Amino acid sequence: MKIVIINYGAGNIQSIMFAIERLGFKAVLSNNPDEIKAADKVIFPGVGEASSAMKMLLESGLDALIPTLKQPVLGICLGMQLMCSKSEEGNTKGLGIFDVDVIKFTPKVKVPQMGWNQIYNLKSPLFEGISENEYMYLVHSFYAPSCPEAIATTDYEVEYASALQKDNFYGTQFHPEKSGDIGEQILGNFLKLND
Amino acid sequence: MLTKRIIPCLDIKNGRTVKGVNFVDLRDAGDPVELAKIYSDEGADELVFLDISATEERRKTLVDLVRKVASTINIPFTVGGGISSVSDVEILLQNGADKVSINSSAVKNPQLINDLAQKFGSQCVVVAIDAKQIDGQWIVHLVGGKVPTELNLFDWAKEVEQRGAGEILFTSMDNDGTKNGFANEALAKLSDLVNIPIIASGGAGNIQHFVDTFVVGKADAALAASVFHFKEIEIKTLKKELKNNNIEVRI
Repeated sequence: MKIVIINYGAGNIQSIMFAIERLGFKAVLSNNPDEIKAADKVIFPGVGEASSAMKMLLESGLDALIPTLKQPVLGICLGMQLMCSKSEEGNTKGLGIFDVDVIKFTPKVKVPQMGWNQIYNLKSPLFEGISENEYMYLVHSFYAPSCPEAIATTDYEVEYASALQKDNFYGTQFHPEKSGDIGEQILGNFLKLND
Repeated sequence: MLTKRIIPCLDIKNGRTVKGVNFVDLRDAGDPVELAKIYSDEGADELVFLDISATEERRKTLVDLVRKVASTINIPFTVGGGISSVSDVEILLQNGADKVSINSSAVKNPQLINDLAQKFGSQCVVVAIDAKQIDGQWIVHLVGGKVPTELNLFDWAKEVEQRGAGEILFTSMDNDGTKNGFANEALAKLSDLVNIPIIASGGAGNIQHFVDTFVVGKADAALAASVFHFKEIEIKTLKKELKNNNIEVRI
């Protein structure tokens, strides 16, 4: 199986590489459109600020490529947010895959949300064998509100979409690669999709 | 609900784990990677590695350690100690660290906080603050608490938040090593003052101290070293007790 992690200069890519290795697979880093198109699974990472990450995608042309991919694609954290219509962070347009606008938590809660919170209302093959209310590791100041494409919900200030799915596109606000054995299991489920 | 975090801290010198009592008099507590794996399996929510080596080789040794830790454990970890530039941070994050903590370098060059937040995002910038009370005032100290600055703890905390820190790790030098509990009054004041998470550090001696720092000190996370390294408190037992006290934890 060929796993490609999209390399556009954003994100803690090494942790995802190591998690995939622990699951017995190997991933390659690439920003080459042909290599990304030919992959069995594509992971779209991201940590940092939305508008500068989006700028890097635009400069590399990856913004046009990603929405056309046909194989399972997993956006993680900022990766997921960039797959939405737009983000309040830096007022940037997103890739428009998920029909939802990313907004910021208010000062009623500590921002960023940092730490372990529960995921529930799970509905996707991504969560095969995962119980409701498992804890995942999250670090974020912006979030996707509840919407029809939500496949997991988390409660912080409001109930929001902590994972999204549309067709072959998946996104998790949490970091499966940093969420212990259960997180690794979710990443493993993604790698098993279409098998 | 977002849970309170338990964070074992591993002091690292030349690739080995050490823990000072009042930051002097170091004792050896083993191999950091092995210890990290044990803590991760026991239910630690995060780990902090604090590098206190002062050799020429320190950067390379630390990067090697970060890679080994990141390949072994599947929970987040922070690396601190001697980090003073954007390039120092870049190499640690590239090798698998989730967050970095800066202390003296932030006091000497506060712009570093802005630069790091802008380049890597606030979520990976932890500002560590060591402070102790002098004539009733909480004064920020450097060099492991030996050198006082002119900064007041609360003013400095507010400033680092405004500059883009994602989290504050507050160590009370008055409490550190005493095993008499955390500085809960100052912690609660900090927590009310800023809107970013606060990690309580310094003074953990028993389970009740953790309960108190979450309830009275309003801390978002609690960090300790020797009580965990020398198995005086088991993380599993600690979390069970916190849960019994109606504190949300990940079990």
